[in-house]
Amino acid sequence: MGFQKVMEALSNQKVTPRLASLSGVSLSFHGVKVLTNVSVDILQGELLALIGPNGAGKTSVVNCMSGFYRPGSGQILFEGKDITPLRPYHRFKLGISRTFQNIELYEGLSVLENLMSARHNMMSYGVLAAGLYLGKARKQEIEHREIVEDIIDLLELEAIRKSKVGSLAYGLRKRVDLGRALAGQPKLLLLDEPMAGMNTEEKEDMARFILDVRELWKTTMVIIEHDMGVVMDISERVVMLDFGVKVVEGSPDEVKNNPKVIAAYLGIEKQEESSK
Amino acid sequence: MWRPCGVIDETYEQDLAIVRTFPQWTLTVAALGALALLPAYVSGVTLNTVNHIAITIVALHGVNILTGLTGQITLGQAAFMAIGAYSMEMMVRYWGLSFWIATPIAMLITGVAGVIIGLPSLRIKGFYLAMATLAAQFIVPWIIVNVRPDLTGGTDGLTVSPPSIGGLQLTSQESIFYLCATVAVFSTVFARNIARSRYGRAFIAIRDNDIAAEIMGIAVVRYKLLSFFLCSLYAGLAGCLYAIWMRGISVEHFTLHESIWYLGMLIVGGMGSVVGVILGAIMIRSLTILVTYIGPWIAVFLPPGTGTVLELGLGPIVFGVVVLAFLIYEPHGLARIWERFKAFYRLWPYSY
Repeated sequence: MGFQKVMEALSNQKVTPRLASLSGVSLSFHGVKVLTNVSVDILQGELLALIGPNGAGKTSVVNCMSGFYRPGSGQILFEGKDITPLRPYHRFKLGISRTFQNIELYEGLSVLENLMSARHNMMSYGVLAAGLYLGKARKQEIEHREIVEDIIDLLELEAIRKSKVGSLAYGLRKRVDLGRALAGQPKLLLLDEPMAGMNTEEKEDMARFILDVRELWKTTMVIIEHDMGVVMDISERVVMLDFGVKVVEGSPDEVKNNPKVIAAYLGIEKQEESSK
Repeated sequence: MWRPCGVIDETYEQDLAIVRTFPQWTLTVAALGALALLPAYVSGVTLNTVNHIAITIVALHGVNILTGLTGQITLGQAAFMAIGAYSMEMMVRYWGLSFWIATPIAMLITGVAGVIIGLPSLRIKGFYLAMATLAAQFIVPWIIVNVRPDLTGGTDGLTVSPPSIGGLQLTSQESIFYLCATVAVFSTVFARNIARSRYGRAFIAIRDNDIAAEIMGIAVVRYKLLSFFLCSLYAGLAGCLYAIWMRGISVEHFTLHESIWYLGMLIVGGMGSVVGVILGAIMIRSLTILVTYIGPWIAVFLPPGTGTVLELGLGPIVFGVVVLAFLIYEPHGLARIWERFKAFYRLWPYSY
């Protein structure tokens, strides 16, 4: 390899360093293979979309990243470190945050408290200070409240900040879920179907929030989404999974026209013809 | 909670404050003043009940933190109180420590015991955890009675000599009232602050969705154990107060029966609510007293024989019916009724 090429490769690496990656991750439950040797690189600052039919293993990839599942083999790297053995809350501290497909909020807490709960580790006051609510406790509560209020402003949750999450409508809960994920000030944000079950207007709102966040904080994001229109519009790179295997990876346009993708979503014409 | 119309918070400090407006401050100070003057107005018997309620409130704050906030059911609060009471008395008796030094140490001992009993909570939940804490309720009295009866007094228990402060012996109900009331007020403030701090949020997060809590940055294991620790700390404190209130301790005072009553009080008051703790303790303890007065009246109208049986059983029956009624009609307890009343009062006479 010539010097020129090495320099080029190095400079390319600098332009898009890896923030996180799964390398050769396999996951199975009682013999059912969910993921088979999946390797995905997540580049700094990008918005990566994970697509695939139902049961393809998209959520499993996110669960492996956030630590809810521990892969049977393979490694998960984050900022160059192997985080495979780390507990979920530890990964959250490192900067991996997520939203949930089925909204897993704390229903007994208000919107504000749900967001504040994500900043738990950034506060340091002890139990005694908490019980007296003086000094450090009060100061930190207010400090973090200010940051959380910024997120509330961004997501337009002002009117419901003191409402119990249990009493909110589905679309709002989805937004609170995103808010809680953001309140952790993540370096990597995993969005598991943030627009599932929403109407067009709500989807547009959510897409706008996601783009706003990217613009403001340059957060790296992985998004699982079934609405191809949204995926093609906002993502920079697309990875498609099918039956736990990575099928295609590339820019939205490349993926859109890839015969494998079309086959997975629409079925294979040839087989139908041959079966006739 | 929404503010009444026209009350606007301008800083986050104002928003965080519990006592906000001038009338609220006036009421708070007046209530505390009334509490301080209470012994001047009521008889010793009533004061005795008030002391019991104060001690119950302290113990119930612990149950509320563990069961109400963290969602870990405990059937062992009375056993933890026993640990606190016995370790305090034994330190006073055999090591010659004063009550004021022995109590904090006894609280810590109870706290550590609570953490040990709480270890199963890392693997099991709900009903099964209730069974595990129930084990404490059997093990602790057994240890007290059987292991070193020469030190613990076995089934006879121990007499507790009244502590003294600045030459004043806390023998009368009045003096014990001032101690219990002060502790109850302070522990209420502490519990309320814990509930709204980062710890309270972590506890409720674990209660509502432990898997999400773990993924969203809360070390579930650590905070479950912390919750057990705090719960037992309150239990230990309540146990020490109980010992000097009763002037004696025996395993008979710290039965499973008591532990279940604590859960019942929490249901009546409202799970996870600090106001509910106070209301629940007052309601159930007063009901028990009320029943002992009403019981003989009712017994008169019943055929001979059944009357005494009913009289004896009336307390548990009323307790059972009240808890059932709350579970069916107001699962959020008296605290929710109080909230509704406040909302109504604020909006009255216009319902919007």
